[in-house]
Amino acid sequence: MNSEKISKGLLLAASFVILLITTGMVLSLVSGSIPVFSKLGFHFIFSSAWNPTEGREDYGALPFIAGTIITSILALLIAFPLAFSTSLFIGEYFRGKWFAKVLGTLVDLLAGIPSIVYGLWGFYVLRPFIVDMGLSSQGYGIFTSGLILAIMIIPYATSISTEIISMVPNDLKEAAYSLGSTKFEVIFNVIVPSARSGIFASYILAFGRAMGETMAVTMLIGNTNAIPSGLFDTGNTMASVIANQFGEADGLKLSALIAIGLLLFVITALINAAGKFIIKKFS
Amino acid sequence: MKQLVILFFAAMMITSCGNTEKKADSSASTKNIALTGAGATFPMPYYNLALKKYTESQGTLVTYGGIGSGGGIRSLSDRVVDFGATDAFLSDEKAAEMPAEVLHIPTCLGAVVIAYNLPGIEEMKLSNELLEAIFMGEITNWNDAKIKAENPGVNFPNMNITFVHRSDGSGTTFIFSDFMSKISSKWETEVGSGKSLKWPVGMGAKGNPGVAGTIKQTEGSIGYIGSEYAFAQKISYAKIKNSAGNFIEPSIESISAAANTDIPMDTRIMLTNSSDPYAYPISGFTWIIFYKEQSYNGRSFAQAEGTINFLNWLIEKEAQAIAPQVHYAPLPAKAVERAKEILKSVTYSGRKILK
Repeated sequence: MNSEKISKGLLLAASFVILLITTGMVLSLVSGSIPVFSKLGFHFIFSSAWNPTEGREDYGALPFIAGTIITSILALLIAFPLAFSTSLFIGEYFRGKWFAKVLGTLVDLLAGIPSIVYGLWGFYVLRPFIVDMGLSSQGYGIFTSGLILAIMIIPYATSISTEIISMVPNDLKEAAYSLGSTKFEVIFNVIVPSARSGIFASYILAFGRAMGETMAVTMLIGNTNAIPSGLFDTGNTMASVIANQFGEADGLKLSALIAIGLLLFVITALINAAGKFIIKKFS
Repeated sequence: MKQLVILFFAAMMITSCGNTEKKADSSASTKNIALTGAGATFPMPYYNLALKKYTESQGTLVTYGGIGSGGGIRSLSDRVVDFGATDAFLSDEKAAEMPAEVLHIPTCLGAVVIAYNLPGIEEMKLSNELLEAIFMGEITNWNDAKIKAENPGVNFPNMNITFVHRSDGSGTTFIFSDFMSKISSKWETEVGSGKSLKWPVGMGAKGNPGVAGTIKQTEGSIGYIGSEYAFAQKISYAKIKNSAGNFIEPSIESISAAANTDIPMDTRIMLTNSSDPYAYPISGFTWIIFYKEQSYNGRSFAQAEGTINFLNWLIEKEAQAIAPQVHYAPLPAKAVERAKEILKSVTYSGRKILK
């Protein structure tokens, strides 16, 4: 046995385990959601009914799909200007300066805060602030959740974008400067176009993270199992309905919750695939 | 995660059951046996305290896992515990699905209080009509004329009503919705009763702590909380009109009074909207369930006797006196009497265990 063979075997085994885990998860999600799909069919995906009362059971995932997508898009819209500016600031304008280093460390720190802490802060600080602003009478709902999600995904979008922006070759930038470009022109005509696929990828990652976020959203969204009628209405997301109702669920309801888990898996996979496709097209 | 926890508990129970069988074979003394139970989280503080006391005074080790009523029933059905615990009694269909005849005994009473957050308002009376209108979403503002009519002299603010309910499945929701179905035909046809519901209005929060926390933080909110949790908190709750027409404040005494009614021989009864004039109307029993025939899976007689002796102790004075310390209402005499008769009917290979 030489070391070449051993390392090859180890690497193969490790990657095989990953393959096994992923297929195992998909298989168990699919088999768990068979009862609800065989009973309700595609009605389950497009219906907004959610009635767990015995004898009247009827389940639909639409309110949760809507809640997840709306809060995540909202989070992305709020996070984008902040994260984009910050990554330009750290990666280009003040690159290597002490303030940029401090800011970069703070952004990374933001990523390390557990989501329950964001939830607590949102519940005791952000939510009363929204009530005081007169935006909503009780402060729970889509907007508050979107706002907290935005803060949570900023570090993901920022730190990867920063890396990509600072990796743009100096030759390109120097060439642009030598032709008389201003800093603004260099950024938007040289840096952003050459880093765009990487920047885009970082926002896809942030979006995926917002979709799967559970704890902080559960504490702020209001957990109402209906399609939200406006930005300040309460709603529910796929991840938070599973977290809330898993404990006492059995029978068809348990199957419905597993099916929501499967849908979340599929939607995340689709968004990742779409992201990869777009990156390929633009780079 | 939850499944893992249940699996872990089940594994612990299987191993501990296995150990006790070996021990029990060598000695008939109940001192060497260990009992396990699992189920409802609602009575857990009471059971934990009572079990500790029982182990100290009798030397028999009893452990309890709060895994939810559903888990308690499953564990008993799989025969991995000596007894299960549930907030909702087994329906006839559910009882028929069990591998053998299952008996219920009530162990204490709890209630559901209607808590609210209105600055400066310490007292509120809610009639059945108001409860229906508020929880069905027909009244949406605190300054509604109907609320004022029931509470003369109270200055209600012009503020939206925010109804906070449980977002997870719960025995608390079951008692609350059972009461609502009894007092409102509209609620019964449109919402019904169960551990989780299709809510007409409102927002959800997880667990009693979640609902209580949300109410405390949100002006203009109203919601329902388990009494055992509400009594330990500084939170305002309403007086509710009972079936005799009296407005009753929830307390250990008024909850206990709910059981002053005809209790059936098998004790499977919902005590909501009790006919007793001093009863708080949103009250209910919590039960322990076990098999009538205790000889199964090769259990020793000592194990069976230990189980029944413990249950017998749990409904007697010494244990019942512990209940109010953790904000549960003790069983009234009639309920204890019924439970004793049930325990006397338990057999081991056809022989009675208790004399």
